[in-house]
Amino acid sequence: MVEWTDAERKAISTLWGQIDVGEIGPQALIRLLVVYPWTQRHFGSFGNLSTYASIVGNAKVAQHGKTVMGGLETAVKNLDNIKQAYAKLSVMHSEKLHVDPDNFRTLAECISVVVAAKFGPSVFTPGFQEAWQKFLAVVVAALGKQYH
Amino acid sequence: MSLTAKDKDTVRTFWAKVSANAEAVGADALSRMLVVYPQTKTYFAHWKDLSPGSAPVKKHGATVMGGVADAVANIDNLTAGLLDLSELHAFTLRVDPANFKILSHNILVVLALMFPSDFTPEVHVSMDKFLSAVALALSEKYR
Repeated sequence: MVEWTDAERKAISTLWGQIDVGEIGPQALIRLLVVYPWTQRHFGSFGNLSTYASIVGNAKVAQHGKTVMGGLETAVKNLDNIKQAYAKLSVMHSEKLHVDPDNFRTLAECISVVVAAKFGPSVFTPGFQEAWQKFLAVVVAALGKQYH
Repeated sequence: MSLTAKDKDTVRTFWAKVSANAEAVGADALSRMLVVYPQTKTYFAHWKDLSPGSAPVKKHGATVMGGVADAVANIDNLTAGLLDLSELHAFTLRVDPANFKILSHNILVVLALMFPSDFTPEVHVSMDKFLSAVALALSEKYR
């Protein structure tokens, strides 16, 4: 089981309490699709992703960003049992969506960059960054757990 | 995944905005790396103080960013321009190249923190490519 210090729990709940998934989610997904364009392979049904402007303006990208970011709520609410809580989602990403689990780590990095830009250095301190990235790493591991 | 002319322009333009604060960027990135990826502390066992913003961290952050500035100046031929630094890292420092990626990530986080409106997704992709290219050039002499 993952051990969380009180400081880490506080950091995660503080950040999550201030995150608007409808704002951060789309920005994170846009960054993923722009910075790592091969990730577009999973979004063939989203329409035009051929230019920066088209990605930024794409309503399906925005909606999906919100959905994915909202999915972190499960982890925040189940901090002591993230692996179990994401078992079904892990199976889905493996069997149905066929997503290379390395993409989860890449998206987590994008989320951290967007959160950093949003909150600035006085909130997103090194200590908060440590807790946040540890949190995302646990989610990433859980999502990859059911792959075989 | 080599740097296009557009990437190089983007990096040079963005760097012009960053360079005045390069030392602060370096200090913060290094501080964060040591906190968020504690295994990286193994390279600095000889420092008295590894806490964020400490004197050795600040000094070394400035050194590292000096190297990044060199890389920007040599962006058209990173392998040649960073040869000495590559030899230093390969034979003297022997830093596991996996750590270049870790430090790069923290540099990008600090750039997002300090330049939230300038560090757009387009700047982000060019900077990420650039730092990857720098890491590759630094790894040149390893084996």
